[in-house]
Amino acid sequence: MARRSAPEVNAGSMADIAFLLLIFFLVTTTIEVDSGIKRKLPPPAPEEQEAPPIKEKNIFQVLVNKNDQLLVEEKPMEVKDLTKAAIEFLDNGGGDTPRTACGYCQGKKDPASSDNPDKAVISLVNDRQASYSMYITVMDQLVKAYTTLRNREANRLYGVSYEELKAEKDGWPETEKEDNPDYEKLVEKIEKVEELFPGKLSEAEPQKAG
Amino acid sequence: MSKFKKKKSGDLPAISTASLPDIVFMLLFFFMVATVMRENELSVENNLPLAGEVEKLSDKNKVAFIYIGKPNEKMQKQFGTNDVVQLGDKISSVKQVQDYVNTKRNKMNEDEKDEFLVSLKVDRNSKVGILTDVKQELRDAYALKVNYTSKEGNSMKNIKK
Repeated sequence: MARRSAPEVNAGSMADIAFLLLIFFLVTTTIEVDSGIKRKLPPPAPEEQEAPPIKEKNIFQVLVNKNDQLLVEEKPMEVKDLTKAAIEFLDNGGGDTPRTACGYCQGKKDPASSDNPDKAVISLVNDRQASYSMYITVMDQLVKAYTTLRNREANRLYGVSYEELKAEKDGWPETEKEDNPDYEKLVEKIEKVEELFPGKLSEAEPQKAG
Repeated sequence: MSKFKKKKSGDLPAISTASLPDIVFMLLFFFMVATVMRENELSVENNLPLAGEVEKLSDKNKVAFIYIGKPNEKMQKQFGTNDVVQLGDKISSVKQVQDYVNTKRNKMNEDEKDEFLVSLKVDRNSKVGILTDVKQELRDAYALKVNYTSKEGNSMKNIKK
């Protein structure tokens, strides 16, 4: 008499096996952080090079001392007000000659503040003893000022925000980048917006303590 | 009375555990997919700060990691409690940053070299001073693209005491 069917395998311990694996992965998992603020460092400066002349009013001075206190344009300031102050400075558009005037700025046009976003430079100076968390917070707030203004301009020109343009560029499939007019148009848009508000954020050598 | 009792005990069905493996497997797959095996074993404390304006890191092969922070408990006997730099899996001096970056970059394809990026994983309690020294070395090595790696979140929370 032929056997009718193979005996059924008991699957009751399947859950135990799966649990074992699950616990192994739970314990070994470290979800690695893979995001951050992107910056570009300046190339090494040649010795004894003179700094290019920049008008005092076009510099937005941000100082952080060793106690993590903030000094902006020689006045103490809370970090939460920094973005607003930076936006006001960048968006001021105080230039009055045709060459320096800023057509798209919506600021106060204060002649004592920056001429136009192309001229405006934010200078960040840190004490060596300042903490990194303060540094990254200040940096984040300043980058946020640029992003806010770029979003505004991108919305005005193209009806989408700068961040959406960037996200679209990052999500573009690698294989379809070359000779793709849509992709080139997108890159051009981003460059145009970045040209209107170039991220001129200069970091000086940090000061020695004291 | 007895009739009533019988009905109650007889009607309580056992909960089927047949779908338990499925649930567990689902969790298992989630963790298997989400797991990124750490490339370097950390010898320093590395509690990253939060930042709002973050961008994703590109391909891992184009990135060199530099960790900065206090040595962790195991390493404190040897290296003290001041901030140190970790390159690869060992604690090194700031002067070795250039060599490390150049070695990493030379392993890359020629046409991808300008996409090379350095990810700075700096502990939130460390000082800016050592970071500046590292940045100076990176400038000298012409590794100009950096990424201050931080978790996504509200950066104002970093400085709340």
